[in-house]
Amino acid sequence: MVLIFAESGDGKIRKAGQEAITYGKRLAEKAGVSCTAVILGPLDHPEDAGKYGADQVVHVTGPAFDHFDAQVWARAISDVALEKQAGYVILSHSSRGKALTGRLAIRLNAACVSGANDIPDLGNGCLVSKGVYSGKAFATIRLETDVKVISVMGNALQPMTDGAPAPVQGLAWSAAEPRVKFLKSDKVEGTVPLPEAEKVVSAGRGMKGPENWGIIEELASELGATTACSRPVADSDWRPHHEHVGQTGIAIRPNLYIAIGISGAIQHLAGVNRSKVIVVINKDPEAPFFKAADYGVVGDLFEVVPRLTQAIRNMKAAG
Amino acid sequence: MNVLVCVTKTPDTTAKIGFVEQNTRFDQNGVQFIMNPYDEWYALVRALELKEAQGGKVTLISVGLADCDQVIRKGLAIGADEAVRIDMDPADSFQVASEIAAYARSGEFDLIMTGKESIESNGSEVGAMIAELMDWPFLSYASKMEMVGSTATVDLEIEGGEETVQVNTPFVISAAKGLAEQRIPNMRGIMMAKTKPLQVLPGSGAAARSSIVGYSLPKEKASVHLVDPERMDELVRLLKEEAKVL
Ligand SMILES: Cc1cc2nc3c(=O)[nH]c(=O)nc-3n(C[C@H](O)[C@H](O)[C@H](O)COP(=O)(O)OP(=O)(O)OC[C@H]3O[C@@H](n4cnc5c(N)ncnc54)[C@H](O)[C@@H]3O)c2cc1C
Ligand SMILES: Nc1ncnc2c1ncn2[C@@H]1O[C@H](COP(=O)(O)O)[C@@H](O)[C@H]1O
Repeated sequence: MVLIFAESGDGKIRKAGQEAITYGKRLAEKAGVSCTAVILGPLDHPEDAGKYGADQVVHVTGPAFDHFDAQVWARAISDVALEKQAGYVILSHSSRGKALTGRLAIRLNAACVSGANDIPDLGNGCLVSKGVYSGKAFATIRLETDVKVISVMGNALQPMTDGAPAPVQGLAWSAAEPRVKFLKSDKVEGTVPLPEAEKVVSAGRGMKGPENWGIIEELASELGATTACSRPVADSDWRPHHEHVGQTGIAIRPNLYIAIGISGAIQHLAGVNRSKVIVVINKDPEAPFFKAADYGVVGDLFEVVPRLTQAIRNMKAAG
Repeated sequence: MNVLVCVTKTPDTTAKIGFVEQNTRFDQNGVQFIMNPYDEWYALVRALELKEAQGGKVTLISVGLADCDQVIRKGLAIGADEAVRIDMDPADSFQVASEIAAYARSGEFDLIMTGKESIESNGSEVGAMIAELMDWPFLSYASKMEMVGSTATVDLEIEGGEETVQVNTPFVISAAKGLAEQRIPNMRGIMMAKTKPLQVLPGSGAAARSSIVGYSLPKEKASVHLVDPERMDELVRLLKEEAKVL
């Protein structure tokens, strides 16, 4: 069977968790087995995992799940996996997933792939495709163990939402004191975090200075998009560091990436070239970004961006 | 504080990526190799700062063939005290982590540091595996680490922000931007690196669990569709009707 660790938070199954469940469901169908979602910590409606494809839910509760500690959480997930004799363990390639995948592989004597972008090919063994060389290529990896651990790249698939509520099995879990002590978390409120965003509006040094970001924020808010920036922009503290995308920042894969006043250096592209649709706005027709773009606008961003925001408003008004 | 820093070699960030032998092998032709940026800029430099503040030793470890020696020497030039290379061509991250954990068990390390990911494999797997093999805590994607005695206060990158946690040594930590500032080796460091010990050890024989069967390149983008800067209504229409992303 396929076991899916579905991340939850703020009372719901997070988008990354929904994607992992649907991925696990598709894989289970292919393998002709059932799939179970495991949820760690408080969640009011664990049966909701069924909407995204889970056949069953194991809801594990206990004080260990108030805060994240990879060591403890990996133990809980692998306990359930062993108990259910899972052949596959699926999770998200999120910040938590990245801390868990390797640990789970060791605990389960499993091979693993992190950041899979497609459902495995089971025709001849288990072959999984993932991005390597920072988005410049894909590798097909053969997993050679009985148990397999796969983490799913964000936005790799659209979660299904029409499944029936799944039966829930509760499980109280007590663990040794975690060795990592939580102190605090600082999160930007109100916007979708970059790795989960479907639309991203990103701006670079062409903006001239932080005081000009109003037009970027307006465009983003009109689109319901999250804002991002190039590295020199974050390095000069024009924008917060968590907005920095690229090889040394975060890698994202939105459906729509709008790059404004960014030249398109290879290290920037490494973090964004998996976006489905790329729009580039730049006054220099020779900017390398245009080679990676689907749509391009050659023009002064200070004129083009407000015009684009207005056009979106008009579209919305027209319905 | 004795710190083991895991370093790997990767193609330069600007390298053109291609494959040979029916797309089963990376084409090294004309490619410059560097130390994985997260290992060099952040993990190694933070390790050196800890040693400067508290004393101890910084040891580099790399699992790879002799062509890794050049990046190991660079690490020594930046300031590491000594280095170990496990002499094998690893097929997957499990092999890498097994070798590193086996070596770490033979020494007395307070801390094992890795980069947040290799820019070649984009795995973020090795650090977590070492931590599980050692049964140590793992702090993933650390952008800040303050160390007082054996207690570390660490900021971790999470979706849309950061989380601050506290942990005692020993532990494994993976380094992200912010953890330290890049250091450029100076002439003295480069000269000294030549005399620092680089021990080459055989692998322990842990078998790989996965293999890469082939590579492919992303589909070439069709050439860009340019839209008149005066006609943003047309761009919106295209995004809505053609690209279907609005
Ligand atoms: C190892 C390494 C890792 C790196 N990692 C990253 C990374 O993770 N992310 C990253 O972003 N960079 C990274 N970089 C830096 C990268 O090489 C580039 O220097 C950087 O991306 C450039 O940022 P930019 O496009 O904002 O600025 P610039 O290159 O200065 O480009 C500004 C662009 O704005 C345009 N422009 C100016 N004025 C206007 C206007 N009025 N209207 C329209 N367009 C205008 C210009 O034509 C130009 O194309 C890395 C570099 C190295 C060496
Ligand atoms: N062959 C290797 N030798 C030593 N350390 C490695 C090796 N491969 C990966 N690492 C370390 O593990 C980190 C994460 O790599 P990865 O899990 O491959 O993304 C890297 O930043 C290195 O610190």
